[in-house]
Amino acid sequence: MNLFDIVGPVMVGPSSSHTAGAAKIGNVARRLLNEDVAEAEILFHGSFLATGKGHGTDKALLAGLMGLAVDDPLIPCSFEIARQKGLKYRFGGIDLGDAHPNSVKLLLTGISGKKLELTASSIGGGRIEVNEVDGLANSFSGDYPTLIIQNQDQPGLVAEITCVLAGFQINIATLQLYRSSRGGYAVTVIECDDEVPQDVVAELAHEEGIVKVTYLSMSS
Amino acid sequence: MYTSVKEIMEICEKERIPFWECVRKEDCAEQAMSPEENFEKMKKMYLAMWAADQSYDPELLSQSGMSGRDGAKIAAARQEGKLLCGDFIGLVMEKAVQMGESNACMKRIVAAPTAGSCGVLPAVLLSLQKQKGFDDDRMTEALYVAAGIGGVIASRAFLAGAAGGCQAEIGSASSMAAGAAAYLNGGNTEAIAHAAALAMKNLLGLACDPVAGLVEIPCVKRNVIGAVNALTSADLAIAGVESRIPVDEVFDAMRSIGRSLPENIWETGLGGLAATPTGAALRERLRNL
Repeated sequence: MNLFDIVGPVMVGPSSSHTAGAAKIGNVARRLLNEDVAEAEILFHGSFLATGKGHGTDKALLAGLMGLAVDDPLIPCSFEIARQKGLKYRFGGIDLGDAHPNSVKLLLTGISGKKLELTASSIGGGRIEVNEVDGLANSFSGDYPTLIIQNQDQPGLVAEITCVLAGFQINIATLQLYRSSRGGYAVTVIECDDEVPQDVVAELAHEEGIVKVTYLSMSS
Repeated sequence: MYTSVKEIMEICEKERIPFWECVRKEDCAEQAMSPEENFEKMKKMYLAMWAADQSYDPELLSQSGMSGRDGAKIAAARQEGKLLCGDFIGLVMEKAVQMGESNACMKRIVAAPTAGSCGVLPAVLLSLQKQKGFDDDRMTEALYVAAGIGGVIASRAFLAGAAGGCQAEIGSASSMAAGAAAYLNGGNTEAIAHAAALAMKNLLGLACDPVAGLVEIPCVKRNVIGAVNALTSADLAIAGVESRIPVDEVFDAMRSIGRSLPENIWETGLGGLAATPTGAALRERLRNL
């Protein structure tokens, strides 16, 4: 939190958690997909499901998926914009168990056919937390350039990853490791202070033992 | 951000800088930003408040149909000279409701500290600027004062109704605006601290009980009490009236009260006004929206 979380953000109302946070989740999801969304299934949980309609949570989330910022005055018109763009969307409800009350699960398909599954929560004041990408648990804020690396759980892999980043002078802000089971699938989430260039992302994806690299850029 | 107003006051005295500059200094260090850049960013927030106020649409209703058009009624009554509170407070009331309505109608606002309480600071600041003719730089300084107080509240207590009731939203906004108003009226750091303390004290314990869980009833109109309370608290402080309980302890009391409030008045839409027969009926009607 900084001073501009206290006075700010500039946003489209009515609720920082139910509107601005929802738009931000959509925005982060679109950037993770790294291309325009062609189809979206949007499943609301808890308070998002119960009071989302009156808060414009649906409109804000869809707006975010089309790249609209949290203060874009066009957020209330997002259904219409989606229809013009030919973006197919469907809203529904889901029970995510004891997830944060303001949570949503997104099933996205990009214009090239690329798929992304994501679960995220709006945790207050417009701040968000991504909890799951492609079915694997993790946690990041979407406030930093972020690498989500799916890899085999094997010795030395984290060293290899950080070595590549060090080679490009990219400073790591936070680093988290998750895994399904010993020696199974693991997820490494790295929030960086600097943007990670596309060729560095590609280089990481080619490392042995790395299954998939998803990158959240802060630009567009 | 600072964890106490006392610390801000000590730094102000030691370094002989005004309250607002002390607040800016800390944020510049935290965000690795130059003072000028930081000032421009805060000024943008003030100008965004001004723009949001200008963009009020007197015809608009919210999606639920429960909010809108009241700000225009207050404006008309004020212009006809009908208000007991007079023109200046009338203007403050009008701006507070209009901003709350704009928020409910999905227009662009500045959450300060939250979207539900977004009318308090602009109502106080824009009305004072109009009446006293302060320039935008002076208003930006006042916004720093408000932000500094809000930062202390965030670190000692909370700023979300879901965490501690409406006292955390309208109460905090009012406390922030009181400090800013005291500053604009020539108050020193002590006056700013007393104004912030007095304003918060008046709103301790306020429930967060929105009908149907929406940021509309009673949120929109509570912005009025937040704004007017800020001005009277600032005036008390300028007159030399002191809060016997120091401001940081008042914020601690807000936290402890918030913790002991029942969960049904923590923005759950289950208690208080939301649970009245009319509140419950509105909720039922909206289910089919």
